[in-house]
Amino acid sequence: MKALAARRRHPLGGVVVMLLALLVVGGAYSVLTPSTASAAGASTEDVQKGRELFLANCSNCHGLQAQGTGEGPTLIGVGAASVDFQVGTGRMPLSANLPQAMEKPVQFNDQQIAQMAAYVASLAPGPAIPAEEFQSFSDDPERISKGNELFRTNCAMCHNAVGVGGALTRGKWAPNLQDVSAKHVYEAMLTGPQSMPVFNDANITPEEKQDIASYLHFVGTEPSPGGLSLGSLGPVSEGLFAWAGGILALVGCAVWLGARSS
Amino acid sequence: MKDSPTTGHNDAGPSHGGTGTDLAAPEGTALENRFANPGLPAHRFRTTDTDPKAARNAERQVSTIFLLSFIGTVVFLVGYFALPIEDDKSLGRLQLSTLVLGLGLGFAIFCIGIGLVHWAKTLMPDHEQVELRHDIRGTDEDRRDATNIILDGVEESGVMRRTVIRNSLIAALGILPIPAVVLFRDLGPLPGTVLRESLWEEGVRLTRDPDGTPIRAADVTFGSVFHVIPEGLAESSHPIEEKAKAAVLLIRIQPEDVKPIESGMINQADWSYGGIYAYSKICTHVGCPVALYEQQTHHLLCPCHQSTFDLTQHCKVIFGPAKRPLPQLPITVDSEGYLVASAGFPVPPGPSYWERGVSE
Repeated sequence: MKALAARRRHPLGGVVVMLLALLVVGGAYSVLTPSTASAAGASTEDVQKGRELFLANCSNCHGLQAQGTGEGPTLIGVGAASVDFQVGTGRMPLSANLPQAMEKPVQFNDQQIAQMAAYVASLAPGPAIPAEEFQSFSDDPERISKGNELFRTNCAMCHNAVGVGGALTRGKWAPNLQDVSAKHVYEAMLTGPQSMPVFNDANITPEEKQDIASYLHFVGTEPSPGGLSLGSLGPVSEGLFAWAGGILALVGCAVWLGARSS
Repeated sequence: MKDSPTTGHNDAGPSHGGTGTDLAAPEGTALENRFANPGLPAHRFRTTDTDPKAARNAERQVSTIFLLSFIGTVVFLVGYFALPIEDDKSLGRLQLSTLVLGLGLGFAIFCIGIGLVHWAKTLMPDHEQVELRHDIRGTDEDRRDATNIILDGVEESGVMRRTVIRNSLIAALGILPIPAVVLFRDLGPLPGTVLRESLWEEGVRLTRDPDGTPIRAADVTFGSVFHVIPEGLAESSHPIEEKAKAAVLLIRIQPEDVKPIESGMINQADWSYGGIYAYSKICTHVGCPVALYEQQTHHLLCPCHQSTFDLTQHCKVIFGPAKRPLPQLPITVDSEGYLVASAGFPVPPGPSYWERGVSE
């Protein structure tokens, strides 16, 4: 304490005190903050809250009874997984009427999303939010390898071999998947958002869905052996890079060949 | 040169460093030369010409560059022996081996080239030389001589008189290309019916790609897509070749979304089962897998050249270079509820080939 006291008039003293204060406040917040509500144990109160949120935010397009209007499809039977995916990734509420719903900052907190999901799930049975055990990535090499095989067969044609996404028709595109959570990858396969087809549990089992998400997480965090991934777009960007570099080298050689020696 | 018409008045030919060619004035009088021929610029000596020390330096540089080439050769040899690809067929090892061999050999050859050019530029003679350009056309005398040589040859060989010999020679030369036809035939055999036949036939189960498990019709929910291979593909003699013909995409849509069969089309009304449609995954353009299915528009997109097929119009081409619709596989269910083919593909799947016929 003596050393601290001796340095209390140091120019950086104020900064140190500020950092300590931030640490204490942040730590206390993370300990005291309430844990997020789970849709599985949705109470009637949650459903009621979800209905209010729905009426305030979604009914304009999806109708007062979620029956759908000319502006938006019906939500009866889409299930909690669809709500959790669309609202949880920021796609809904829609920012603009474009060929594809844009991802943007999420507009609701986890509890509100769970309440809306509970309300939509209460309308009709539909795909549920995946169980807790499938919401994390696996680091088992066997499962990642299996995920790679399944991804190549079912997903890579749209989302690219390492999941960086790709173009579709008329302004639509398949989004980048490398930094998507295991839960949202799972829910997208289960519900088939927008242009994406459905991959139900009879086609790709829940474990296999987790394998695919684990593979995406693995390639997303894998360092690039050459130090430069060039967007992981494959032969196009790599070829352009090599071609431009090669042409530059040839131009350099030609200039040197043509220059007079001093 | 004397009678050559192109040289005009300048019988000596154009000479570099002379007075140049006079321009013809409209009245036929020569214009005066308003610009003196500047001739060649004064020779500029290189430092290596004037300074023996610089010349020695350049000599050392050239030999150093040649010696640097050793490094590339050594890298190539080390790469060849230290990274054998026989015992490890992984793609990463093959890539590394190729990279090391290529960079090593490339560096070795590049250094030799750089050294040679540097040698030529700094140390080899550097004086300017003028080479006069000559007329391309020979003199009339030379041309007459050349014609006479040919006419003499024709006359002496008697090819015009001895017509039997001439005609038999022409006949012999005429049939000489026939061995080439025989040689080209060895490139064959022609595909025959191989491209028409796939593993699909009546009763073959539709199974998941890649694990080969059969699919129940009840598993295929609306809007879902299954990537399908025929049952027993792995046991066939050439699984990859068979897969390239037999890969199928299974999609379920609301049957009322599909437009009715138009006249002139194959009657494929009962080829689906409860809205489950099976179409060849091989693009009819150049054979890429068409597997980009957009659930909302029911369009199938080929990633290679953007051919787009409309599932609601029996996979008719609505955009892109493909010419024919994707072949549909007729399906039904067996007694256990699994999806099976009720026949093979009615037309050969994949891109066109000569023997395929225009009508299909």
